[in-house]
Amino acid sequence: MISYELIGITVLWLFLYGYLIVASIDFGAGFFAYFARLTKQDHLINRLISRYLSPVWEITNVFFVFFFVGIVGFFPDTAYYYGSALLVPGSIAVILLAIRGSFYAFENYGSKESIVYLFLYGATGLLIPASLSVALTLSEGGFIAEQNGIVSLEYLKLFTSPLSWSIVVLAIVSVLFISGSFLTFYASRASDQSALKLMRTYALFWSTPTIIAALTAFIYLSQHNERHFQNMMDLWWLLALSVGFFMSALWLLYSGRRYGLAFICVMLQFFCAFFAYGIGHYPYILDPYITIQGGATQESMGIALVIAFIGGLCLLIPSLGLVFKLFLFDADYVKGKK
Amino acid sequence: MEIDPVLWSRWLTGLTLTFHVIFATVGVSVPLMIAIAEFVGIRKKDPHYILMAKRWTRGFVISVAVGVVTGTAIALQLALVWPNFMQLAGNVIALPLFMEVFAFFFEAIFLGIYLYTWDRFRNPYIHWLLTIPIVAGAGMSAFFITTVNGFMNQPEGFVMEAGHFAAVQPIQAMLNTAAPSKVFHVLTSAYLTGAALLAGVAAFTMIRKGATAYYKKSLHLMMGVVLIFGLLTTIAGDVSAKFLAEHQPEKLAAAEWHFETENGADLIFLGWLNAEREVIGALHLPKALSFLAFGNFNAEVTGLDEFPPDEHPPLLVHYLFDFMVSIGFVLLAVSLLYFLFVLWKKRNEHNKWLLRAIVACTPLAFLGVELGWLYAEVGRQPWIIRGYMRVEEAATSSPNVMPLFFLFLLLYIVLGVLCVIVLRRLFRNNPAEAEFESYMQRKQVQSTEKGERS
Repeated sequence: MISYELIGITVLWLFLYGYLIVASIDFGAGFFAYFARLTKQDHLINRLISRYLSPVWEITNVFFVFFFVGIVGFFPDTAYYYGSALLVPGSIAVILLAIRGSFYAFENYGSKESIVYLFLYGATGLLIPASLSVALTLSEGGFIAEQNGIVSLEYLKLFTSPLSWSIVVLAIVSVLFISGSFLTFYASRASDQSALKLMRTYALFWSTPTIIAALTAFIYLSQHNERHFQNMMDLWWLLALSVGFFMSALWLLYSGRRYGLAFICVMLQFFCAFFAYGIGHYPYILDPYITIQGGATQESMGIALVIAFIGGLCLLIPSLGLVFKLFLFDADYVKGKK
Repeated sequence: MEIDPVLWSRWLTGLTLTFHVIFATVGVSVPLMIAIAEFVGIRKKDPHYILMAKRWTRGFVISVAVGVVTGTAIALQLALVWPNFMQLAGNVIALPLFMEVFAFFFEAIFLGIYLYTWDRFRNPYIHWLLTIPIVAGAGMSAFFITTVNGFMNQPEGFVMEAGHFAAVQPIQAMLNTAAPSKVFHVLTSAYLTGAALLAGVAAFTMIRKGATAYYKKSLHLMMGVVLIFGLLTTIAGDVSAKFLAEHQPEKLAAAEWHFETENGADLIFLGWLNAEREVIGALHLPKALSFLAFGNFNAEVTGLDEFPPDEHPPLLVHYLFDFMVSIGFVLLAVSLLYFLFVLWKKRNEHNKWLLRAIVACTPLAFLGVELGWLYAEVGRQPWIIRGYMRVEEAATSSPNVMPLFFLFLLLYIVLGVLCVIVLRRLFRNNPAEAEFESYMQRKQVQSTEKGERS
């Protein structure tokens, strides 16, 4: 029998991965929309982007809250350490999310198009991943100090650490790569040749920085947290798979066919890397303060949460399936006929 | 000046909640109104009601956006601003918090589908069916989050061992004694407020532009809902008062300035306190408090003096309580008056003064919700988990809360102002009648097209 805290962290990790994908599409789309406006190519892709995003932007936001509430529920100690340390970066992320979410709705359901809204929408799309990635950096340990029961974040260390910057860069370029390859696929579903061409260029462009940033972050991780690095090296085959999927995606994008498969390869690439990273982190949630076993909630609550999870997923998966069916795989909708 | 993180934590959370409550109330209640309007429209084959549902939905999405982002803010602030509270209570309240997100997820999914599938199904009831998960999801998230608040008022379902919660029973903690009355009161008052909002909008437009068929129907429908939920809210308020009298007597005593335990206690309305804590200038309803609390004019009501002074809630809550209750009765009275006029043929229910009263009900209803929450929260002071954890033990120790307070204040001002501007722009240049005409034309074109095809 697998322990409930292990189920908990696995499911939460899956949800974080889900957020990584859907949020990347969203964040990147905001940036591309703004960039296209600057380079006067917005007529090509804006309608495509808003057709996909309008029905799903709210769902993206829930993924995040879901992960957050879940981790605090399963591991209440995380609230104490991360909550105390992340007060400022966390609040900034909340404010950015607030600006982004509401301005999206204001622009798309309400007022006329405004370049200010679009700028805020595009800029926050890059700043949010940067501010959220701070949490990942913190989990490596060495940035939080606890004195007399007061937990605080050591900003100087954080801002001068090459690890934290390499993670920020990785987060941003991955967002653009994931988003670019998804929107390429979406444009090909819509048989929108001009959008397809533009998005394909974006996707190909951001692929190289993604792999470079991943390697850089990996190298800095080896210097910062030897244990984590070693654990990940033991999972070398997962990392190799990830690189393999990356190469396949790149090849498919480059040769200009089967964009759906290309996007699946990108998803698998990040899936392998993300799980190699996560499994390598075991047993720590926050090195060295919180471990999965030590920080877990009461058993009865853990089991109740797992049951709620299963029940909730039974509701969610068919509903998400419906959304995909209606807005992603319905060719008429994607092409703008409905 | 010494920065007091506890004080600023309180202010920050209070600020976020005060702002969020407005949009949360709209978020919970308006889907029900949309569902009612669409159902009536399909049933009566009256396109006016369908248009009503469409227009309300369009405005609703804007407020949902603000509701979602402020909801995200409060969800994160729970851990960011109150880390010690979440570390302790997370063991007991994680389940309802978690299920709340599920309910919200569910609502978000179906709201997206509902918005983009108008006219996509041949049978109109299929599109209407999509409102059910939205209404249910909104109601469920209110239910779950209110049980969390119920737990903080009436902690149950655990054993305290060496400063930690042990032997946790998640279901019992969720379905605590405070939960039923709280949920009942929250839901009824939210629906009341949502209906009052939409009735107020209709009445406002009628005053300015004259009564048209669309607004008459919309006003009539919503006043009916106001009446029903006005009555239910009254009952819910009574249930809540009886709950307080039995389980949280210090909160009721503070609200009623009931200092000494006595039989046949008076109900005190308004007034003020002098330095010796004597009530001056108040309206006394003899023995009414006993009746309100226990359904018996001579029942004994616990006074505030039975509690240690450092556990007394602030006495200011008296006014919050009084105004909240008064607003509830005003809303009920206005809706009764409306239907009295409808039934009594000699009177015109679209009389300017009555319409003005209905318009006034909208801000009053929201004020009532805010006051009710303030009473519930401030009345629980000094506890964050009543009887187990004081507010000052729960807050973050970081002095950064103060600048963050102002940052969030700025954010909410910007969001609030923009929300109003966008909503105005959305409806101002697009009156219901003009939209109705183009809508009917489109329908006609569609049906001729269909006729040609078949």
